[in-house]
Amino acid sequence: MGTKLESGVVGSEEEAGSRAPLLSIRSVAKSFGRNIVLRNISLDVSEGEFLTILGESGSGKTTLLRIIAGFESASAGEVWMGNERLDRQPPYQRRVNTVFQNYALFPHLTVEENVAYGLRVSKRPDAEVLTRVSEALSKVKMSAHAKSKPAKISGGQQQRVALARALVNRPRLLLLDEPLSALDANLRRQMQVELKSLQREVGISFIFVTHDQEEAMVMSDRIALLRSGELEQVATPREIYGRPATAYAAQFIGHTNLLKCEVKDGIARCLPLMWITKVPEGPALFSLRPENIRLATGNVGIVGTVRVRGRVCQQAFHGATELIRVECGNGLVLAVRIAGRDAEAAPMGEIELEFSSSDAVPVRESPDRI
Amino acid sequence: MFSRAYKTAVTLPPLVWVTAFLLMPYLLMFCYSFWSVSASQTIVHSWNLDNYRQLLQVDVYWQTLLRSMWIAARVTIFSLLLGYPLAYFLSFYAGKRKDLLYQFVIIPLWVSYLVRAYAWKTILGSEGVLNTLLQYAHLTRHPLEFLLYSPFAVVLTLTHIYTPFAFLPIYAALEHIPRNLVEASHDLGATPRQTFWKVIFPLSIPGVVAGATFAFVLSLGDFLAPLLLGGPSGIMISNIVVSLFGAAYNWPLGAAISLCMLLLVLGLLFCSERLEKKWSFS
Amino acid sequence: MELLVKENNTLSNSPWLLLHASAVFAFLYLPIAVLILYSFNGEGVGGFPPRHLTLGWYRILFADGPIWDSVLNSLQVAAAAVVIALGFGVPAALALDRTQFFGKALFRRLVLLPLILPGIITGLSLLMLFNVSGTKLSLLTIILGHGTALISVATTEVFAGLQKLDRAQEEASLDLGANYWQTFWRITVPNLKLPIVGAALLIFTLSMDEIAVSFFLIGRDNTLPLEIWGRLRRGITPEINAVSTIIFLFSLVAIVLWYRLRVRSEPDVDVGSEIVQTAEGHTI
Repeated sequence: MGTKLESGVVGSEEEAGSRAPLLSIRSVAKSFGRNIVLRNISLDVSEGEFLTILGESGSGKTTLLRIIAGFESASAGEVWMGNERLDRQPPYQRRVNTVFQNYALFPHLTVEENVAYGLRVSKRPDAEVLTRVSEALSKVKMSAHAKSKPAKISGGQQQRVALARALVNRPRLLLLDEPLSALDANLRRQMQVELKSLQREVGISFIFVTHDQEEAMVMSDRIALLRSGELEQVATPREIYGRPATAYAAQFIGHTNLLKCEVKDGIARCLPLMWITKVPEGPALFSLRPENIRLATGNVGIVGTVRVRGRVCQQAFHGATELIRVECGNGLVLAVRIAGRDAEAAPMGEIELEFSSSDAVPVRESPDRI
Repeated sequence: MFSRAYKTAVTLPPLVWVTAFLLMPYLLMFCYSFWSVSASQTIVHSWNLDNYRQLLQVDVYWQTLLRSMWIAARVTIFSLLLGYPLAYFLSFYAGKRKDLLYQFVIIPLWVSYLVRAYAWKTILGSEGVLNTLLQYAHLTRHPLEFLLYSPFAVVLTLTHIYTPFAFLPIYAALEHIPRNLVEASHDLGATPRQTFWKVIFPLSIPGVVAGATFAFVLSLGDFLAPLLLGGPSGIMISNIVVSLFGAAYNWPLGAAISLCMLLLVLGLLFCSERLEKKWSFS
Repeated sequence: MELLVKENNTLSNSPWLLLHASAVFAFLYLPIAVLILYSFNGEGVGGFPPRHLTLGWYRILFADGPIWDSVLNSLQVAAAAVVIALGFGVPAALALDRTQFFGKALFRRLVLLPLILPGIITGLSLLMLFNVSGTKLSLLTIILGHGTALISVATTEVFAGLQKLDRAQEEASLDLGANYWQTFWRITVPNLKLPIVGAALLIFTLSMDEIAVSFFLIGRDNTLPLEIWGRLRRGITPEINAVSTIIFLFSLVAIVLWYRLRVRSEPDVDVGSEIVQTAEGHTI
């Protein structure tokens, strides 16, 4: 099973391969009693990389993070940092720091004392503590609140303090457990940008856990998509969007039409659609993004485009674009994203659609089948 | 949402009752403390400060009060020393057995106070379980007399009784510490020992204060354990009050001492409330 | 050592803590064990090792008229104390929850004070009241004392229940045409069933065991703890162990009842912290 899984991951490894990985997770599994939370996870993180672990709640993403931080021990497998075995060390010896989901700021300490905590417990000289803490606070623009208690500052500010508290220790790897989930939408977008540029600035590898695919796309160098304790795909955002490996990846990241086809004699059929493909004979799944379908123009289609007629049955206005659902007969309903002005111009009755057959991406049902 | 009649109906009866049976009696105690007793043993309703003067001048009163506070302080310290590690153990190390063990701490709390004090008497007496056991095992030849009828016996018994009281709020405080704070501390490089002293202990201080207040206040006012186990050297301030209200028949002086105790307790409650507020961050 | 399930791998097991915990448990249970053991000892209290195990002391106990009279008295006092404490404690909780009046803060503190105050102060202050008003000491004065002191228990328990109660339920009832009286009995009380029953059990048990307040308010008739107290002053016999053992068993039943009641209706309830809150009056 492991080798099959890795084959699904191939292609995204070139970037990691060029440098020695900072963190290497090798065949890690975790179960709580009978409940299997993670199976056979292998993943490398390189120096300076922003890697996002993306998954729904219950997919095991937080558990994976906690294994790296040292709050849980893996049931099987190993975690290496450089040429050190990490999973045998207690959390307080690992050069890994965490930004917790609810920040976990110490309520009895001031902002400044919170940030100084890691340096104090490792008995750094006072002068060094002072300068590093004030540097860290100014980096996250929290110098003005140095003397406040955590309860007195806002959620966004607590977030910054948590970040400073972790970064001041100069960890080799920073773990962030859904750090933005408690913030409202506007603040969240602002923090995404700040966090990303901060990461570029300090050059520390980030492992960022989230359930929000948009957030993952915006921020990450690579995304590791986790589903029910298994990795579905590890790739750059562009790659995972354009070339999803599995049906789940295609649906979870962005919006898509999943076409169940039968391939015979080099032709994929999903009536009333048909196109030429190199996929082996038999049943196959294709992902077709709504924005890759357009209103047909001209009389005859060019080679490599597929045309289909249908009736618009639903319209949803999204501002710049409009999402329409088109009944194409045979029970096939396609979601199509078109520009808002096209939708205004187009007669909303019978329409003709087209897409190029190369945009129909073959995907697998799940990582370990086929 | 509630009508005036509704509010009156729920407010008036308890207000009247509490005024009659709590406020009035306390005020009466206040009044009594300024009255005196005539030679023919009747209460004289003339207002003066004689009782308070006596309190300060007669050694036995303020010395007994100090000794009671010293006994209560020892009980408090021992209860905390027994209760805190137990609470810490249950909260952080007992795993799935936590709830069961917790119940086992609670159960003695429900066993009659009198019965437990009495049980200690049967253990500590010169013919008691402990002394006969020691002799049976040939560890001592004569009964150890200091065990019973001594401040030791009082402190031991009261510690036994108030340890669960000290334990409860400490345990509650420890249970309320978010576990991710402990993880955050480890994550930032603190060892378990550092984590205890820098995170866990400071956050449990409200519980410690509440537990200490319980143990101190309740043992300060105790008079049954000293009567039963204390002997002459284990007399506490409440025993003096009891005798003033009984055989000695000097209610005004007894009221004055009670009032001092009441004020002392209220002062302590005020301080502990302040302390708890200062150390709670939720 | 099987007892220990490590909460997580970062906390290494501590043998010292385990040892300490075992010692504290031994300390807490030693007197109770001795008490029960010697209630079966033919040779009297003390004296190691116990010899001639017998049920004789229980036989003597069952034939002991004054003890059973005092048990009856205690039951009456406890039942009456429950009625008084709930009768005034429930409205007091409602008043604290939903009204504003002059002196509310003082009222709150006054109601809760007997919880933390040494019993001697409550007992003596009431004694002076009864003396001044010329009330003869009897079981009635004990009932008034217990009832008043234990209002605090009823109030804290019910107040905690009211905090969890969804006010919209009562609003819906009023909206549907029920008046305040009907709403109280049909909506408020059923929703507070648990705290009320819990408070009743707690008050009953505490009253059965109470001695510091009763000590000063006693008339001719003894309550059970006072009867035991009187005999202790005369000397100790295993008969007292026997009656104490029976009291212990009854307390156990009360705990189990109370606990199961709570657990059944609210699986995750933290009974202990509620006791603490009750004891400290922190919920208000």
